[in-house]
Amino acid sequence: MSSVSLLAGAILASLVMYSLLAGADYGAGLWDLMCRGPRQQQQRHLIEQAIGPVWEANHVWLILTIVLLFSGFPDAFGALCVGLAIPLFLVLLGIVLRGCSFVFRSYFTGERQTQLYWGKAFSISSSMTPLFLGILIGSISCDSVVIHGGISENGFLKTWLLPFPIAVGILAVSLFAYLSACYLAADAGSAELENDFRIRALIAGVTSVAMALITYVMAASSAAGIRQELSSRPAAWLIEICALCAMIMAFRGLWLRRFRQARIAAAIQVALIVVGWGIAQYPYLIRPDITIANSAAPDNVAAAIDAALGCGAIVLIPSLMVLFTVFKRRQGVTHTEQASD
Amino acid sequence: MNNLLAARSQMGMSLAFHIIFAAIGIALPLMMVIAEWRWRVTKDEVYLLLAQRWAKGTTILAAVGAVSGTVLSFELGLLWPEFMRSAGAVIGMPFSLEGFAFFLEAIFLGIYLYGWNKIPSWFHFFSGVIVALSGLLSAMFVTLVNGWMNTPTGFVLADGKFTNIRPFAAMLNPAGGPEAVHMILAAYTAAGFATAGIHGWLYLRRGKNRFDEIAIGIALAVGGTAVLLQGLSGDALARMVAATQPAKLASLEGQFATEVGAPLRIGGLPYPKERVTKYALEIPDGLSLLAFHNPHAVVKGLDQIPESDWPVVRIVHLSFQTMVGCGSILCGLSLATFWLRRKRKLFSRPVVRLVVLLSPLGFVALEAGWMVTELGRQPWIIYHILRTGDAVTSLPNISVTFTLMTITYLILGVITTWLLEKHVIASPETRLIEKEETV
Repeated sequence: MSSVSLLAGAILASLVMYSLLAGADYGAGLWDLMCRGPRQQQQRHLIEQAIGPVWEANHVWLILTIVLLFSGFPDAFGALCVGLAIPLFLVLLGIVLRGCSFVFRSYFTGERQTQLYWGKAFSISSSMTPLFLGILIGSISCDSVVIHGGISENGFLKTWLLPFPIAVGILAVSLFAYLSACYLAADAGSAELENDFRIRALIAGVTSVAMALITYVMAASSAAGIRQELSSRPAAWLIEICALCAMIMAFRGLWLRRFRQARIAAAIQVALIVVGWGIAQYPYLIRPDITIANSAAPDNVAAAIDAALGCGAIVLIPSLMVLFTVFKRRQGVTHTEQASD
Repeated sequence: MNNLLAARSQMGMSLAFHIIFAAIGIALPLMMVIAEWRWRVTKDEVYLLLAQRWAKGTTILAAVGAVSGTVLSFELGLLWPEFMRSAGAVIGMPFSLEGFAFFLEAIFLGIYLYGWNKIPSWFHFFSGVIVALSGLLSAMFVTLVNGWMNTPTGFVLADGKFTNIRPFAAMLNPAGGPEAVHMILAAYTAAGFATAGIHGWLYLRRGKNRFDEIAIGIALAVGGTAVLLQGLSGDALARMVAATQPAKLASLEGQFATEVGAPLRIGGLPYPKERVTKYALEIPDGLSLLAFHNPHAVVKGLDQIPESDWPVVRIVHLSFQTMVGCGSILCGLSLATFWLRRKRKLFSRPVVRLVVLLSPLGFVALEAGWMVTELGRQPWIIYHILRTGDAVTSLPNISVTFTLMTITYLILGVITTWLLEKHVIASPETRLIEKEETV
């Protein structure tokens, strides 16, 4: 395997991690918007406790993805930044508002009404960001981004404001919501809270299956290239079958209230969906023009970054394990400390 | 507003905003760790309270710092796609390493802030140390990239393309090291004095108490040491600029004519059309001595450089004077407070009032210093290789995104200040401390 493909693999891996960790944080933000009923406060509290210690670390996977993309594939990054400038800018705005409003809400000491506004800003920006992230993924898969000499052939709107990328965006939102509800159900600690998020996980899970089918059908006319790969490559088949199995396991876990099983299966399912997309997209980074080979940095640069990644991973992996063992042990919800008033 | 100016304004505004939070993110963890270490040694609860209070400030500021840093990494591409396309591979190494440093910082910050009662106390302290160290490393790697834009190395230029790239040689460019040291010390200076100022103000408001005295003590030790070292670092940086970027040196000194034994100008206003700097206090041979350590050295003036390659001389000169002026005042303050502390006279009201009054100067110097670096490099985005105007995006209406980002940042700035005010100054715990201290 060449150092350039290894780097592309690392970018995909980083994207998978971002989906599994930060994706669930975004999903939790969406559920925060939909907290209803008598346990509204407990639901919000559970969400806040689940996100609080980890969201910044989870967010760094996106930074890593972006940094590796522009170091390893500068031409692809340049093209992305021109053709998809507007959705990128909106993702950015969403990231800023999500992070700030989350902290502002937690630390707000003034009127209750204002604090609720921060909650709204947090949950709306949490839902908006994955929509545009999905739109970005959809756009680079559907032959709409064509850049010549720094000029976007399809302008700045027709590269992404299209049915297919928007469908992928909605798919991303529903997948993250599903993932997050599975995690929250496993973290809930009380039977009522478990049940609240179990129902949400099932609803979001069914929605994402429907959205996945819709995008697959839409791909026939708007993203023929990637659909061709999805339906003809044996590797893609294998991943589709595994994803299907994981989905069945996750639904079974939710149904039988085995939430740990559901959490793991749902994570595997989402990871396989992202990997499957990556394999179908291969060897392209941005369809139809930009491939791994024609946009890559020189081999020695890619090899040096691979080496840096290897060294970084030695430090990073144990640190992440510490973070998650400290905060993600099943410990139930403690309502007494820092009640939200 | 034309697109280039709008893009530059947006980038500048994003940097000016981020650098405040980045500087605090580097320095506050260090002070927090010092306080926690003092608590571990003395078992004095006041140190623990202080560490926890500073940790709370860090949570709010680190979140804003993390997202505003993300904005910058995207904006490099969104506003300057041509720069990233051509240079991405060359400067990717420090950015990738910065990614890991940022990872460590975020992970251990999470453990530190939320783990007070969940992990052994030595591990908590260790997490704080990692946060302080990785913040420092992040700053270093990012500044190495800026160094490369000023003194690009580690490649061969063929037909306007970077070939034969050596990523580590690019990372270890001549400007990178001195700039990184200068930036890190600036962060400690700015955040140290600002923290001392805030606690000084509280001290004046709530009267003599050990809590604020200890806080001022730690903050002044960090800021005061850093600003004194900054003198050495500034000298190294100035000599590097003199050797590699004559146009920048000439602009920051307002040196229009090439001279043997050039004077050092204090103050003054450059008149680029008339090619003179008026109203400055001139110290004969001073610039030659400082920049080349030789009073008779030749200093290249702006007359050696085509006018189309000049930066905006007046702003660069004034920013430089502001930075040096603020730095000098803080050096004086730092020496005075070290002496007063030995004499046990630091906590008299007039002295604390002076500390409060001068405490924002560190941040003024920090912002002015970045104005010098960034504006002094213009019209180049990569010095003598790529012009800023040729790197800008083809996306129209940048002034719209500029306005939107500015409004967002203004609102965030106001709310952050308000929250800090509530948490550091008026939270219930504060009243608790006051009671404890006055009893």
